[in-house]
Amino acid sequence: MNNEKLLLKLKTIITPYVQNEEGLNNLSEETDFIQDLEINSANLVDVVLDVEDEFDIEIDNESMEKMLTVKASIEVIEGKLAAK
Amino acid sequence: MSRRRVVVTGLGVVAPNGTSVSKFKEAIQNLDSGIRFIEELKDLKFSCQIAGLPLYDDDYLNNYFNSIQLRGLKASGLEYGVMAGIDAWLDAGLPRIPSETPLWDAGVIFGTGILGVDKFREAIYKVDQGNVRRLGSNTVLQTMASGISAFLSGMLGCGNVVTTNSSACSTGTEAILMAYDRIVNSQAEIVLAGSTSDSGPYVWGGFDAMRILPYKYNDDPTKASRPMSASAGGFVPGSGAGALVIESLDSAMARKATIYAEILGGHVNCGAQQNGGSMTAPNNEAVQRCIKKAVQHAEIHADDIDAINGHLTATSKDPVEINNWCEALGRKKSDFPYINSLKSHVGHCLAASGSIESVATVLQLRDGFIFGNMNCEDLHPKIEALIDNRQVPLKTLYTSPNIIAKASFGFGDVNACVIFKKY
Repeated sequence: MNNEKLLLKLKTIITPYVQNEEGLNNLSEETDFIQDLEINSANLVDVVLDVEDEFDIEIDNESMEKMLTVKASIEVIEGKLAAK
Repeated sequence: MSRRRVVVTGLGVVAPNGTSVSKFKEAIQNLDSGIRFIEELKDLKFSCQIAGLPLYDDDYLNNYFNSIQLRGLKASGLEYGVMAGIDAWLDAGLPRIPSETPLWDAGVIFGTGILGVDKFREAIYKVDQGNVRRLGSNTVLQTMASGISAFLSGMLGCGNVVTTNSSACSTGTEAILMAYDRIVNSQAEIVLAGSTSDSGPYVWGGFDAMRILPYKYNDDPTKASRPMSASAGGFVPGSGAGALVIESLDSAMARKATIYAEILGGHVNCGAQQNGGSMTAPNNEAVQRCIKKAVQHAEIHADDIDAINGHLTATSKDPVEINNWCEALGRKKSDFPYINSLKSHVGHCLAASGSIESVATVLQLRDGFIFGNMNCEDLHPKIEALIDNRQVPLKTLYTSPNIIAKASFGFGDVNACVIFKKY
């Protein structure tokens, strides 16, 4: 899966939790879920569960803690996919 | 110094026979039952396969919940409570969008017996499968009892007391009196008060197991709930929510709100499971005392009461309740007030019963009627010996009651009685 396709899938997953629409329009690798998208920190858990379902992977606690930005999330997802 | 006056300025209801105040009012005036056969209960081998269940399309929830709140929402009591609560708030002319500064003088007291049972069931399965990490963030929010008051305060921006009371089937009536106290004591100006009750087999199963639900009416559901009748065979389980915006008269006048009724006062107590009282049966002395104290606190005379909205669940205890009212008010035969039971229309909505029935009570005062009792053509002989059967209307009477007493009694031997007056 190329990076662009992965980003698109991630965007679909996070969209329902986003409270700052402008941040979503300007989505880039640098986007921070809490700072830029105003995702409620409690909902980060739900984002990770949705990612697990979408990519059929399991994300351990340590990896989960890293998934605060688009870039870090893509890295985690790519790593888990490669390890499959 | 005279006491602050407290009024009702908004109503909301999600009941088995109507999910808006206007539909509910029409239903109770026309004696439209909200009790129906529930296939799921039959499949699960319940003795009682009927219940009072509010009906609405899933799309309807979009008017109240945002997309995040709707994800994984599996808490019927939360749905009912939020819908009724927001409806009451808007009915009172209060703003839907919360301001950034909390409304420090507006609180939420919204009770329940148990919340999010279906969500909890889902969580139990996952936990038992060793899959706790997959519960998601909303399990706690939907299953904590105070989830209902928490959701409402966030949606409306209420910054005063935000809590959930619980006292079995007196919960809703108790919430109203807690709100009343808060306002009388000048600790708040507005309180959104009410209660909600989840629906479904996991809530109703325990009652079915106690053999206190009717089992002979599965093919004739609307005849099943028979308060005060000689053929009463147990209470029909129900669910839903009722909500009332309770406000100081000062605040209501200042914002030119429409005032539906005044709360003159009331009382809550407990029979301590003594003198015939138990976990499930009332101590009659306590019931009578609760009613007497409510009348006294409201600074009225027992003779001023035009109508009673009873607890009257349709069990063998109904004649005992009537006797308690007779004794507490010192009134009987044709001198007894009109009396009705909403449970004949919607069943026993458990923790939600007190608030749904209080909404019905306030509507009677506001619009001048006494709704008729269903399925009571055969008034119980023990009741007929105490009060004139004309005081138990079988059809809706279009008369203007001035004062109505509303009482609820619950497991744990707890009692609550509130006195409403036309404004």
